[in-house]
Amino acid sequence: MIQELTSRLKLNFPAQIIPRYSCFRRGSMFILVLGLLVGSLMPLGGASGSPGSGTGQDECKKNNGDEKNGNKTTKKSFPVLSLNYENVRLPFEISLWVLLASLMKLGFHLMPRLSSIVPESCLLIVVGLLVGGLIKLVGKAPPVLESNIFFFYLLPPIILDAGYFLPIRQFTENLGTILMFAVVGTLWNAFFVGGLLYGVCQLEGTNLAGVNLLSCLLFGSVISAVDPVAVLAVFEEIHINELLHILVFGESLLNDAVTVVLYHLFEEFTNAGTITVTDGFLGIVCFLVVSLGGIVVGAIYGILAAFTSRFTSHTRVIEPLFIFVYSYMAYLSAEVFHLSGIMALIACGAVMRPYVEANISHKSHTTIKYFLKMWSSVSDTLIFIFLGVSTVAGPHEWNWIFVVATLVFCLVARVLGVIGLTFVINKFRIVKLTSKDQFIIAYGGLRGAIAFSLVYLLNPKHFPMRNMFLTAIITVIFFTVFVQGMTIRPLVDLLAVKKKQETKRSINEEIHTQFLDHLLTGIEDICGHYGHHHWKDKLNRFNKKYVKKCLIAGERSKEPQLIAFYHKMEMKQAIELVESGGGSKLPSAMPSTVSMQNIQPKKPPQDRALPQLSKAREEEIRKILRTNLQRTRQRLRSYNRHTLIADPFEDGLDEILIKRKKMKELEKKMNNYLTVPAPPADSPSVARARLASDPQAWGLKSVTEIPTIKVELVSPQNPESVKVVDEFSKKGSQPKGSEEEGGLTMRVPSSEKQRKDKTPDEEPQPRFMRCLSDPGPAAEDEDEDEPFLP
Amino acid sequence: MGASQSGRVHMFQDLADKTGFSIEQINNLRNRFMYLTQDEDTLRREHLENISNLALNPIRRQIIEAFFDKRNLGEKEKGCLQEIGFEEFVMVLSFFRPPKPRTSDEEMKNIKKEKLRFLFNMHDTDNDGVITLDEYRRVVEELLSSYETIGAETAKAISDAAMLEVASVTVGQMGPDEFYEGITFEQFMQILKNVEIETKMNIHFWNLDKRTMQCGK
Repeated sequence: MIQELTSRLKLNFPAQIIPRYSCFRRGSMFILVLGLLVGSLMPLGGASGSPGSGTGQDECKKNNGDEKNGNKTTKKSFPVLSLNYENVRLPFEISLWVLLASLMKLGFHLMPRLSSIVPESCLLIVVGLLVGGLIKLVGKAPPVLESNIFFFYLLPPIILDAGYFLPIRQFTENLGTILMFAVVGTLWNAFFVGGLLYGVCQLEGTNLAGVNLLSCLLFGSVISAVDPVAVLAVFEEIHINELLHILVFGESLLNDAVTVVLYHLFEEFTNAGTITVTDGFLGIVCFLVVSLGGIVVGAIYGILAAFTSRFTSHTRVIEPLFIFVYSYMAYLSAEVFHLSGIMALIACGAVMRPYVEANISHKSHTTIKYFLKMWSSVSDTLIFIFLGVSTVAGPHEWNWIFVVATLVFCLVARVLGVIGLTFVINKFRIVKLTSKDQFIIAYGGLRGAIAFSLVYLLNPKHFPMRNMFLTAIITVIFFTVFVQGMTIRPLVDLLAVKKKQETKRSINEEIHTQFLDHLLTGIEDICGHYGHHHWKDKLNRFNKKYVKKCLIAGERSKEPQLIAFYHKMEMKQAIELVESGGGSKLPSAMPSTVSMQNIQPKKPPQDRALPQLSKAREEEIRKILRTNLQRTRQRLRSYNRHTLIADPFEDGLDEILIKRKKMKELEKKMNNYLTVPAPPADSPSVARARLASDPQAWGLKSVTEIPTIKVELVSPQNPESVKVVDEFSKKGSQPKGSEEEGGLTMRVPSSEKQRKDKTPDEEPQPRFMRCLSDPGPAAEDEDEDEPFLP
Repeated sequence: MGASQSGRVHMFQDLADKTGFSIEQINNLRNRFMYLTQDEDTLRREHLENISNLALNPIRRQIIEAFFDKRNLGEKEKGCLQEIGFEEFVMVLSFFRPPKPRTSDEEMKNIKKEKLRFLFNMHDTDNDGVITLDEYRRVVEELLSSYETIGAETAKAISDAAMLEVASVTVGQMGPDEFYEGITFEQFMQILKNVEIETKMNIHFWNLDKRTMQCGK
């Protein structure tokens, strides 16, 4: 019915109305969901997001009590339809929030104009504000982003997604720079902001004298950390070049260790009251323990996961589950010891990925990828919405001076930090960071929900100005996400910063990247210099010799990277082939008619005994052969697949690969045959005897053994086993060409017979099939009496 | 010692100007050269083959050959030398020097071209100016030579696919009768333009192994 309406609308109204109509439809859905949400919160009695199941249960008990009393007096009629919301309240609300978040995401992408100007995170915060406002209007207290929910349920999927798909090569190449920014930069930010804020608090005129140094430092340390969630959300949309992306993103991941240490440090000190030098020293030790401990925990779980995946070849369905559970356990285990959970998660994902990917099936890999993306997307959306709701809900204490000072100091600290650090870093880098790069790094330092949650965790008893901190943090977050998030895209375009290259990696680039690696290692060895490449090479060799054998199942452990890359490329092309409908021409990015035979060196030109076929004829012949031969099975030749484990669930893909290989070789051989001169003319009896001696030549039922008769027709570059059968099929269609030009030197008797029997315009297929199914030379006896040459 | 010392410094200055290294770097390289040749004046192939770490490198032969290739030493003629002196040693290593921070775009392009030329010469072993299919196949085989289970067919398949890709990208349309001779230098530059050779093909020259400097004089 709606479609009818829409079509009628299309007839009567101009096209602009229609998108608005669909938006209106979406908008009404939103309002419906919002209404549902608000309505569901009506029976709520609690002030926080955690379920007030206690009160619910009390009500139930009271009801039961009433019933029991009622039973004594009258018998109630059987309730046919009853409402019991309390049972399902928690899962219902959670689902409703998730649904709201996903619908919002959906809606934003239906309005492309809006989503190109405003980043998604801003829109989501606005929606959160609206929802929070609505809830407040109704009179209930909106749910706040509980730190537990945030740290245990919303944050891990995002970090796991980032860690699992971390580009290891760029990360390790820039590790020094990233560490400098993460550790030194965050420390600088924390002390600068904290110290200056304390100075401001000591000024007269403000009533902030109650804020002591430690609180300021704590606040500084929390607010100075660049937030991975916000950075991911904004940077993903601007497609910046890989170097900058990995620098800012890597920094946001690794500064978690610094934040955790500083946070706990200052919290403890506030309780204790005094600091000594030993405490400072212990703080440094604590930092090392937290970060390295987190990485070690993550690596252990990663190795466990890789080892488990070695044995899952019979239970492919639960493979993704292992990955997720092991990673989550790594995160939780690190959190038990107050180690850096984020670093554990990153280490786990990065360590297990190369081994797990070699072991699991293609489908599991896709499952993992999509699940991670889905969860991280939902988490990300929920976090921003809750941030907006918490803004409306949370207790606020607005202090102009403090908030403005915080904002200004944060920005200044970031800029100064980046400039100073880049000056030092550039002395050690080969690829220097330009001022444009520095600007983007400084501008991309967004704050987000982690800072908010950390402040929310503070105990109001120890920190009486917690509400003021909350307000200030929310202001800074809003500023960075809205102002910086919205303006970074036009700035990137304005400054003409290099964007991400979308080209696929070609096999030439892969070959040369590996070649370069070995070359540079060799040159380093010649110079006697133990540099970056030397250690990388040593690590690779260790990996190949010991680790891969343990963690990768079967023969895949010996597969070099180049082969794996080639295999992946072939799979991709095979999938493309399937998706294009198995068409006769292979889809290729570049329209080129270069085929294999252009590359193979040719024999020196001899006298051509074969007639020249016109191009049109050649095309026709090729097309016919291609379509007919697709059904036959032939074994792969040029790629040695039997050293790889075949996945029993991936037969389809094998077929496609075989088909494609076949077609490629067929093309190659057809081209060779049609342009390569004929062999020296054998006497007819010798030729026939040679061909007759091979029983396989005439039957094409199943090809388990390829006939290995050497026929000089085919150029030596082709695979050694010649498919004599194809020769015959080609010869079978030769007569079409020879009708125009005379003078073939060699002709198979059967084709002559066919030519006599069939008319030229009959379908080639039955003729071809007949040729193939010919029982043998015995049946052709009468033909052999005919002269071989006309 | 005094006379040769000043003469040496003079020679180093010339070298520094020609190749772009600094005097300290050339001093370090001189010490390394002396260590490798065991105090002789010229470097031969055996000296390089004696480096133990190099023995594990799959493409060591091509690397060693590159030092003795006349084309890399700025000479117009083709062919190989049997032994090289210190000057040639430094000249070959200068291909791996990182570009100075303030190089213009033009100079960067030239540097990239020189480095790519070095790579091209490493592949083109018969000095005819093109990389033929056989030469490319040998490159791939050498890369895979450290893995014993890989047969020659796989190397062939990969090099075939790579060659096909180069031809498709650079030449585009070819009739079925035409023959693709090989990869010329311009085509080589074109297919590798995304790899950023000028930033990747560098090593740091300021961190030499102290051991070799002590073993030398």
